[in-house]
Amino acid sequence: MNTPAGKPPLDRTTLIDLGFIDARAKVLDIAAFLDRLDRAPGTDAPTDFRVEAIRAALSIALDASPTRVERILKSWSDPTTEPVSHADGKAARGAHPQHKA
Amino acid sequence: MAKPRVEPTHNTRHENFYATQIDSKNITHSLFQTHHIRKPLSDSHANHMYIDPHIHMVSRTTDDYARMAAAGCVAVTEPAFWAGFDRSSAAGFHDYFRQLTESEPRRAAAYGIAHHAWICINPKEAEDHGFAREVMSMIPDFLSRPNVLGVGEIGLNRNSKTELAVFEEHLEIAARHNSLVLIHTPHLEDKLKGTRLILDAIAAHGKINPARILVDHVEEHTVRMVLERGMWAGMTLYPDTKCTAARAVDIMEMHGTERIWINSAGDWGHSDPLAVPKAVVTMRARGHTAADIHKISFDNPRAFLSQSGNFSVNAPRPTHS
Ligand SMILES: [Zn+2]
Repeated sequence: MNTPAGKPPLDRTTLIDLGFIDARAKVLDIAAFLDRLDRAPGTDAPTDFRVEAIRAALSIALDASPTRVERILKSWSDPTTEPVSHADGKAARGAHPQHKA
Repeated sequence: MAKPRVEPTHNTRHENFYATQIDSKNITHSLFQTHHIRKPLSDSHANHMYIDPHIHMVSRTTDDYARMAAAGCVAVTEPAFWAGFDRSSAAGFHDYFRQLTESEPRRAAAYGIAHHAWICINPKEAEDHGFAREVMSMIPDFLSRPNVLGVGEIGLNRNSKTELAVFEEHLEIAARHNSLVLIHTPHLEDKLKGTRLILDAIAAHGKINPARILVDHVEEHTVRMVLERGMWAGMTLYPDTKCTAARAVDIMEMHGTERIWINSAGDWGHSDPLAVPKAVVTMRARGHTAADIHKISFDNPRAFLSQSGNFSVNAPRPTHS
């Protein structure tokens, strides 16, 4: 790349100009998703681990350290290291029930 | 790498657009905002050629070939994968491999696109070890077909013992036939663990030069470990899962453009066969040079794929089926 490692070619203000409206829309979508769950019937059910994973990720997104995306992805990952004895269905779910923030 | 030429621009003082003459040794800075650009940056900007090195064209329409060609696609490579349902017999795979090596190259050539294939049994259908071995026994015959680049996309899906054993057997086939290897890493929460298992299995096997292996679908938490082992890394541009174009550009900014490519992995699911040219637009908007754009979307895939003598960016003459 033609910029120092880790440095985008554009300055911060230009990146804000380019990305702010998109980020704004995504923040509203996440808030709307959580509001929708609050309004929905079934609030007595145990908390869904996927929603917990999102809440935990939001606190990572708001902290001051870099590598937020990498840390969020790791927090959602299967923490085990050994292959499982049988494939548990074909599809992953997006976060691991034992995820850790 | 071809030295890009940057034309003088016709920007106005409002457009915050400037591009310095690019010199391959001393590239300074190129800043522009695509939503304000009125004139093309260069010839390569106006008529960008690209390779989509991972796309499942059997799942796509002929209109997609036409749109990809119009967007500048000159070559694709198509790994064998899961068709959305389990095939009931090895004969089903045989037919699929014929489709990848006989029918798709013809369909692509009609649009001036060179089509290449990778052969394997994908990890989603590899949970029955005996069945997987029956399919794997057909691979060597297909590896000698003229558009076949190697073994792929092999790897793991849910990180099971059988998937891992079948993956190791594929590595052995690739080593015996001196083939390139294209690797699928698992989805979502399974990716980190699966990527580690895959890299460890490759190291334990030890018979394949890492420079001849591409590990695909990397994200922020897996890209470094792949590059550190001397392998190539692929970033898949998906609307929801894997990488968005914006994040793929972030990863390039953080990890550089050596041994990295981008692909659409367009298939029957939520995906976009024009994801690569759209990522090129994102790179331009983010101020990246024509040289870097050409490297990531053309030179890099060509360099990796050309390690197979079967790769070419020139489509064969169209023929009737
Ligand atoms: Zn694929």
